[in-house]
Amino acid sequence: MSTATASTADVGAGSTSSRATKVLGWLVLAGFAVLVALAFAWVPEDTRITEQGDVVGQFDAVRLMFVHVPSAILAYTGFGLTFLASLAYLRWRTDWWDIMAHSSAEIGVLFGVLTLVTGSIWGRPTWQTWWEWGDVRLVTTLVMVLVFIGYLAVRRIPADGAVQARRSAVIALVGAVNIVIVNRSVDWWENRTLHQQSTLIARKIRDETLFTLSFSFAVGMALFAWLLLHRFRTAYLERQIDELEVQEALKERWAEADPADGEKGRP
Amino acid sequence: MPPATGAAVLRDAWLIAGKDLRIEMRSRVGLNQIVPFAVTVLVLFAFALDTDQEALRTYAPGLFWVTVLLAALLAIGRSFAVDLADGAADRLLLSGIDPIAVFGGKALAIAGQLVVLEVLLAAGVVLMFDVTVYRYGLLVCAGVAAAAGVAAAGTLYGALVAGLGARETLLPVLLLPVVAPVLIGATRAFQDAFGAAGAEGWAWLGLLAGFAAIYGVFGALSYGALLEEA
Repeated sequence: MSTATASTADVGAGSTSSRATKVLGWLVLAGFAVLVALAFAWVPEDTRITEQGDVVGQFDAVRLMFVHVPSAILAYTGFGLTFLASLAYLRWRTDWWDIMAHSSAEIGVLFGVLTLVTGSIWGRPTWQTWWEWGDVRLVTTLVMVLVFIGYLAVRRIPADGAVQARRSAVIALVGAVNIVIVNRSVDWWENRTLHQQSTLIARKIRDETLFTLSFSFAVGMALFAWLLLHRFRTAYLERQIDELEVQEALKERWAEADPADGEKGRP
Repeated sequence: MPPATGAAVLRDAWLIAGKDLRIEMRSRVGLNQIVPFAVTVLVLFAFALDTDQEALRTYAPGLFWVTVLLAALLAIGRSFAVDLADGAADRLLLSGIDPIAVFGGKALAIAGQLVVLEVLLAAGVVLMFDVTVYRYGLLVCAGVAAAAGVAAAGTLYGALVAGLGARETLLPVLLLPVVAPVLIGATRAFQDAFGAAGAEGWAWLGLLAGFAAIYGVFGALSYGALLEEA
């Protein structure tokens, strides 16, 4: 491509990266390496000794927290952004907000699934079960991920741009309202049965663990921003390709119909 | 178009509901297909849980409501398929009827069909799963409130996927997670009505009514935006 030059700082032809996103990407990678080192080498096992002298705690499973907790927060951030972008789309009706809603929903589902998987792996040694119906956050997150998988399914159905954007926006709004209802109803559902409450509460957290957890938030946020930037630009380029194809097809049809072109338009 | 008055909206909603129900009465799709489907699901549950009458009695409320939700998917899909045929949806739009009335009418018709289905299924559960009803008032209120909630959410999502490709598979994916609170609340209320201890059915009725109210308002308000594209 002749128009692509090395100095193009913004979205270049055929690329979704810019100098800023490259720097951000390398920062994320470096941060992740540091996080792995901190989580495995620096943070001690989670143990404490009960009054009876038994050693209890999460042991090595506590290290999963540095993936699980940021994932959960990023999943909710993604869905929150989808909700806000959908509201903004219904207000201003611009492609920008529509692409924003779509991109953040995809990233939200990604982190939502990661949250569920890591939570399940963590629950096996800690709660002695892969899945605990008695935990409201667990069940709510599952329903939320399912709602937004449905949202993405709608986005995959070919439809006219504005029609799809409007339907998707309504689905995102209803989905977000629904999360609140599901959360409340699951909470009541559990508290009126004999399910035990989650065992994570009221445990004092170590300084090393707290620092590493905060660091994992920072790395997670940077990763989220990097993913969002690239996903947004990919979606934007996809739309431009669609428009270009329509214009090319139109040109071809005009060439066929143009009498000045003589025999050229004929097959 | 002048803004419709409250009375006109109600009258139009009634008209739309009457239209949908009349089509159902004449085509008998609900009676000939959806009801047999629901009864079959109940029979399958009995097979799945073996001949253990005690287990069936215990889980009857949950099985009942899962069956209602599955059948509701068919009823909602049917309600919008009727409108797509012969360009009826376009005529409906041209009629100038307020979108709120269209939403209300369609939801009312679906809720009415669900209530009929629930009555038949409740008889099935009592006969086949050997449950005894202790609180009829709670049973009726919970049945109506849950039907209203499912119908309101279902009408909203039915309109969202109407006209899209793959709508038959899309509707369950979208609607079932959303009506999960109805399943929880209605199951608890029915447990109470069937005499289970500590189920606090009337409190759950509040959740069902709240769900129906939220989706009723949300659906009525956003229905105009959904019809706008047709």
